[in-house]
Amino acid sequence: MSSRSRIPFSTLFRLWGYTFASMETWRGEVARFQYSSDQSLLVYFDEQGEQKKTGGAKAPPVQSRITLRGNENVRRLLRLLELEPVPGVRNLHPAYCSLLVKFDAIRMRHEEVEGILRKYLERLKEVKLPEPRRVEIPVCYGGEFGPDLAEVCARRGITQARAIELHSSVEYVVYFLGFVPGFAYLGELPEELVTPRLAAPRNRVPAGSVGIAGNQTGVYPFATPGGWRLIGRTALKMFRADSDGLSLLSIGDRVRFTPISRERFATLESA
Amino acid sequence: MRLIEVLEPGLFTTVQDVGREGYGPLGVSPSGAADAVSLRIGNRLLGNAEGEAGLEMTLLGGTFALPDGAVLALAGSDFGATLEGKPVEMWTAFEAAPGQVLRFGPTRSGARCYLCVRGGVEVQLFLDSASTHILSGLGGHKGRALKKGDVLTIGLANRNEQKRTGKNACSTVGAGTVGKRRLSARALKELQPRKVLRVTPGPQSDWFSEAAKKIFYESTYRVAEESNLMGIRLQGGVIPARAGGEMISEGVSLGAVQVPEGGQPIILFVEQQTTGGYPKIANVISADFHSLGQLRPRDEIRFERVEWDTARTLLAKQEKLMASEELMREL
Repeated sequence: MSSRSRIPFSTLFRLWGYTFASMETWRGEVARFQYSSDQSLLVYFDEQGEQKKTGGAKAPPVQSRITLRGNENVRRLLRLLELEPVPGVRNLHPAYCSLLVKFDAIRMRHEEVEGILRKYLERLKEVKLPEPRRVEIPVCYGGEFGPDLAEVCARRGITQARAIELHSSVEYVVYFLGFVPGFAYLGELPEELVTPRLAAPRNRVPAGSVGIAGNQTGVYPFATPGGWRLIGRTALKMFRADSDGLSLLSIGDRVRFTPISRERFATLESA
Repeated sequence: MRLIEVLEPGLFTTVQDVGREGYGPLGVSPSGAADAVSLRIGNRLLGNAEGEAGLEMTLLGGTFALPDGAVLALAGSDFGATLEGKPVEMWTAFEAAPGQVLRFGPTRSGARCYLCVRGGVEVQLFLDSASTHILSGLGGHKGRALKKGDVLTIGLANRNEQKRTGKNACSTVGAGTVGKRRLSARALKELQPRKVLRVTPGPQSDWFSEAAKKIFYESTYRVAEESNLMGIRLQGGVIPARAGGEMISEGVSLGAVQVPEGGQPIILFVEQQTTGGYPKIANVISADFHSLGQLRPRDEIRFERVEWDTARTLLAKQEKLMASEELMREL
């Protein structure tokens, strides 16, 4: 039994009868399936870009790439699975360009889940993503709130003012929430700020810390261990058990950071 | 309203049910009982819905007063429990009279003992579950491990309302009027926690060289002290990393064996991160999850590769036993 396959057979057959225009439909659904455990499988999108769609029967064990297109497909599939839940599917873990689907292994086999998901993939193009919400996050940069800002600037040869300007100049996309409740993976960081994560993670990162790692940025909702470089802090609660939405950010939202003073931070924190 | 008073909390005691499944898109992992099989059996011994909340004790148990009495059952590892100084049998429903005190000691076998009570431990649900999520401080009793002086409420027995069956539970037994029950010797034997954990290949198992896989499958690993509900950290044969680049974060499943830099594997556990960026060499099979919950620091384990169909069959067999008449007998 093969645990991965690339092109749905049903699609290959149907392709003969398709017009050129409807090949778009076929393009949108290219995904690779990979068993993850005896009760879950992964769907990877857009692994090799636009050009290499066909290829051999067995995909090489490549890592997926981060592309907005791949992430949009993740969000479409997630949306479709939320609108039309599959009985027996118990959980979904979206990420940059993949979706982990966890199912009741007593009720279903991997092959059945894969078959159902392939039908969903054929319909991805018709899925309307909700209009992205725009969220502004006030951040007090540097100092004790951003203990790694100086190091980031030194590594990249820029001033702190420039780093703050860069970080707050971009509208970021929430690629997904993961790691811990309400942690949003935001991209992409302006190239001038791209810095690898810390070699040794901190045991405890304060809640509200704004970090960067590679070309990503994000806010720690809780005091947790963490290896991202900390450049500032927000007083906003990223995840609240007492609110309806729970998480301040949702997958697909657009985020901007606004620099604020220490005084303003203190005011917001005590509010 | 009947109560449980925490006279001593023990080392690390939390309220757990079978977890909150379905909130992966929010980054919320299921948490829930580390040894869900034991919790489910404890509940069934009492006639509770099997996903009912109980107390999960770790390595060293607590002392609990029952001012109004209760029908109780202990499942999992033997923590040398006594009721008013008299030893209490594991895996059997028993009754505590009003005012009696139930006392636990250090473990005599595995890592966790479950105190289940007829009617369940009642807490405010967070995302449909009573489970404590320690990292985020949500769920359970005030989002934390129990402390001296805490007072818990026992739910009403035999409620007819729709119980939280836990989307996690594969089947549910409704609460009915039942007598006292004991787990069958056969079930106890079959559900014995294992030290040889059976695994299927992880999604990045092809990333690892044959030599690396040989080390993984032939080494004996020790459970490290720093292990917790998020991950079971192992020490043993170092698994060489694959040359070339970090992988991109993706969803991770319960029981995934990830290999970070340094080559010492970590098994993702009930309060796992929902996504992660380390390659996974293997994944513990579902039928062995409850064994993970009984691993203590310094325990030695090994991994054994099984086929996908074997993993399925073993889980089906376990669930069949859990649902069968043979699981327990009336006293």
